[in-house]
Amino acid sequence: MSISDDDVKKIAHLARLHISEDQVPGYANNLSSIFELVEQMQAVDTTGVEPMAHPLDIVQRLRVDEVNETDQREKYQAVAPQTEDGLYLVPKVIE
Amino acid sequence: MSWETVIGLEIHAQLATDSKIFSASSTAYGAEPNKQASIIDLGMPGVLPVLNEKAVAMAVKFGLAIDAEIAPRSVFARKNYFYPDLPKGYQISQFELPIVGLGKLEIELESGQKKVIGVTRAHLEEDAGKSLHEDFDGMTGIDLNRAGTPLLEIVSEPEMANAKEAVAYMKKIHSLVRYLGICDGNMQEGSFRCDANVSVRPAGQEEFGTRAEIKNINSFRFVERAINHEVNRQIDLIEDGGTVVQETRLYDPDRDETRSMRSKEEANDYRYFPDPDLLPVEITPEFLSQMREQLPELPEQKKQRFIEQYSLSEYDASALTSNRATAEYYEEAIKLEATDPKLTANWVMGELSAALNEHNLDIESSPVSAELFATLVKRIEDQTLSGKLAKEVFEYMWQGEGDADTIIEKRGLKQITDSGALEEIIVGILKDSPDQVAQFKAGNDKIIGFFVGKVMQQTKGKANPVQVNELLQKLLQA
Amino acid sequence: MPHKKSITELSAGLAAGEYSSVELTEHYLKRIEKHNDLNCYITVDQEGALQQASQADALIASGEAGALTGVPMAHKDIFMTEGLATTCGSRMLENFVAPYDATVVTKIKQAGMVTLGKANMDEFAMGSSNENSYFGRVLNPWNTATVPGGSSGGSAAAVAAGLAPIATATDTGGSIRQPAALCGLTGMKPTYGRVSRWGMVAFASSLDQAGPMAQSAEDCALLLNAMSGFDEKDSTCMDRPVDDYSATLNDSLKGLRIGLPREYFSEDLDPAMRKVVDDALKVYEGLGAQLIEIDLPNTHLSIPVYYIVAPAECSSNLSRFDGVRYGHRCDDPKDLNDLYSRSRGEGFGAEVTRRIMIGTYALSSGYYDAYYLKAQQLRRLIKEGFERAFEQVDVIMGPTSPDVAFPIGAKADNPVDMYLSDIYTISANLAGLPAMSIPVEQVNQLPAGLQLIGNYWSESRLLNIAHQFQQSTAWHSQKPAGFFEGES
Repeated sequence: MSISDDDVKKIAHLARLHISEDQVPGYANNLSSIFELVEQMQAVDTTGVEPMAHPLDIVQRLRVDEVNETDQREKYQAVAPQTEDGLYLVPKVIE
Repeated sequence: MSWETVIGLEIHAQLATDSKIFSASSTAYGAEPNKQASIIDLGMPGVLPVLNEKAVAMAVKFGLAIDAEIAPRSVFARKNYFYPDLPKGYQISQFELPIVGLGKLEIELESGQKKVIGVTRAHLEEDAGKSLHEDFDGMTGIDLNRAGTPLLEIVSEPEMANAKEAVAYMKKIHSLVRYLGICDGNMQEGSFRCDANVSVRPAGQEEFGTRAEIKNINSFRFVERAINHEVNRQIDLIEDGGTVVQETRLYDPDRDETRSMRSKEEANDYRYFPDPDLLPVEITPEFLSQMREQLPELPEQKKQRFIEQYSLSEYDASALTSNRATAEYYEEAIKLEATDPKLTANWVMGELSAALNEHNLDIESSPVSAELFATLVKRIEDQTLSGKLAKEVFEYMWQGEGDADTIIEKRGLKQITDSGALEEIIVGILKDSPDQVAQFKAGNDKIIGFFVGKVMQQTKGKANPVQVNELLQKLLQA
Repeated sequence: MPHKKSITELSAGLAAGEYSSVELTEHYLKRIEKHNDLNCYITVDQEGALQQASQADALIASGEAGALTGVPMAHKDIFMTEGLATTCGSRMLENFVAPYDATVVTKIKQAGMVTLGKANMDEFAMGSSNENSYFGRVLNPWNTATVPGGSSGGSAAAVAAGLAPIATATDTGGSIRQPAALCGLTGMKPTYGRVSRWGMVAFASSLDQAGPMAQSAEDCALLLNAMSGFDEKDSTCMDRPVDDYSATLNDSLKGLRIGLPREYFSEDLDPAMRKVVDDALKVYEGLGAQLIEIDLPNTHLSIPVYYIVAPAECSSNLSRFDGVRYGHRCDDPKDLNDLYSRSRGEGFGAEVTRRIMIGTYALSSGYYDAYYLKAQQLRRLIKEGFERAFEQVDVIMGPTSPDVAFPIGAKADNPVDMYLSDIYTISANLAGLPAMSIPVEQVNQLPAGLQLIGNYWSESRLLNIAHQFQQSTAWHSQKPAGFFEGES
């Protein structure tokens, strides 16, 4: 499995990761060798095997519908890069 | 060429829980920005979701109400994309295994015919926050109070053939979720909104045309207009030799048009996968039967019962049960004063409903309570009030003057039914109008209207017209 | 010289009044400063620690102290500590002050322990050498030209050098056990779901589990007693009673069935490593255990499976770091995309970037079935392999890591080489099983580890098995030169 420079750029965009042009071939190389390693999986026939998302075979616990959070906006926004009037600010979103 | 339209709707109903789907923050509408956003809603590092029991119960009730398969095991998945109102960079939703599977719903068409619309699925998910584009000089403000509010996304089969059917379906779902008490249905606040998938194809063609998705429509009127506009746009486009592209469009009610949302088009590879922070949701047979027991009487069942129990016409029963609050008002009113069901129905659908419409009010916020209303119908039924007087009493009731008897007393609006007193008045009138009496005797039957008018004038409209007629006939022929 | 003592001993010393918690804390704070060059800590909380210590002293004086009251410790910098910087070893969180406490942090506070500071780590727990920290690499006290292992390298180096008597750590693919092995320590990854993940920055949610990094199995048991238990804030945390892990340490090992997977003892295994592992197994035979060869057929697939599952989950878990609500934000973003891409590009280091890309690719349309789904299916086969093995044996043993501490930079340029060093540890995470590493005889003057993998919820038994070994040997008491000579 070989990952091209274009693939790297596509993935980087999907994951919103800025990668400089000169780093692209390095990532393409690394990723190619990792996916080569991963390719070993295809040798095993897994027909009919149920995929396993969790190590434990348990089901979701449910929470009682109760409000017990209070306003802590000031505290939470203390770590925010940019806020105004209680809102988080980002560059203009065009819809 | 003639064209066929195919419409499918995705309705988002905000579930009426107190707390959010995965956190204990309040879902109340209208708080100051970000004051109802907890560390979970903000997607702080290290936080984890725990599922709200009530949201699950509400989804299951909806499934039961549309006769759907309820998945014994459903799975939450992450839908990954970047957007500022989506704090974690993914939305927790359900993908491959939704909690509610295939169900169905019957709608009534304008012709009076019925049509069954399939509901493909309904799944639980969290709502996103809101972006505010004004006021911030080149920046967008993000409010995450709504982030994490539970939503039930109800996906229909592409089985609606025109905008009217789509509206009928949407109204039916709207009524149902309110009946079930799982959604307040408030469309202005965005508690109930829909996306419409619209495509056209030449009449008779089997395969679907390319569809466009119109996002976030939040009123019945706009649904109809948006779909109609989109259908025309697509037909015009094809007839001009163009092709429809699969895309997301936004309906602009001010301009009455849809336009492409290219910004959302870009690279929507959502990379769904099971959320490893949440486990499969199990619906046990016990839970299911518990939910079944808690299910309220549904619109269709209520309508049938009204027809049988109160001998109402299908039309009346249907109107009274179109929403749960009206049906409850009606039943409370007839129960309180044991009034005649048909008479009560007429007055609920007539005077009350007209007044509510005129003032743009829901029946829940009617200034005339069912209790007051019952006293009015009671006095109509026992003929204390004529129809005309009753309308007057209702007017005062609406203005807050109390129950029927209080108003009748205070305003002196009682109908005169004492025949002795009426007879006295009539005898007086006959004595004062010898010419007209002579005309009557000469065979002019129509002159009786003159006498009735006189009686009403003297009694200020409080005489019972039927009784007046009877007495006039008797005394004139004497 | 309290820094030579185990927490069991420190607890006794505090109770007996040999020293106060404040004195003990000051002693460790001084040592941390003195050995700053190891770079074990990202944040040292001098003021907070002394305050907690004096509170602990008051408790001890009033006779209300528990076993751990007043004992200092360090938290891996992956745990949220309210009011204290929590960086996860990343530039992304360089200035992030946590707004809440992780459940593990709360529990350890409740036990009365004193938090010295936050231990260095590979960025977002991704790495096996602690070379991936934005705050600089951590040096192995046994040989400062070598790595301490990772990702909990700061926790391991701190405990090994006596800069904390014990520490918390996390393990997604071996991040407790491998640094424990490379630094001559006893570390345990409990059963998935034993310790709450609330407040622990997620790397791969279905694999992450917190556990103790300690000088001995006895110390592990004490800290695990404090860390474990049900937490309603974590859906994946098991509602199941917690054993007293200290209570059964002295149980007999007679009749213990030890499984030795043929796949762990193949020809690829370094003969020197094989010898020290074999010698350790002989000790167990002497204690009445029986050695049984077993098969774990899909062992070789654990690396490929892990390097799909973990990056897939991490690619999504790390999406929240977008420069909007907290964390690094690039200067002058020209639009939304620029804000995201540059904030993330600048905030994340190369290894994190690499793993996000692997995961993004593996989940992307057209590849999901071939990679993610396939890996999930194989994950089940790996788990079933263990289940079959545990029908025959009580514990599985083998080396923790194929090699001892390697020179700094040796594997830095080749991620695949680095990944291969996780071969023995990864499958316990995939299956969710508890596993430990305990020190055995050194190889080339560097510590080596024996790995013990137990059945689900068998932490008590594992700690007992480890403790009995440590009662018969002294490998766990060896200390690196240059840190323990003299009084401070």
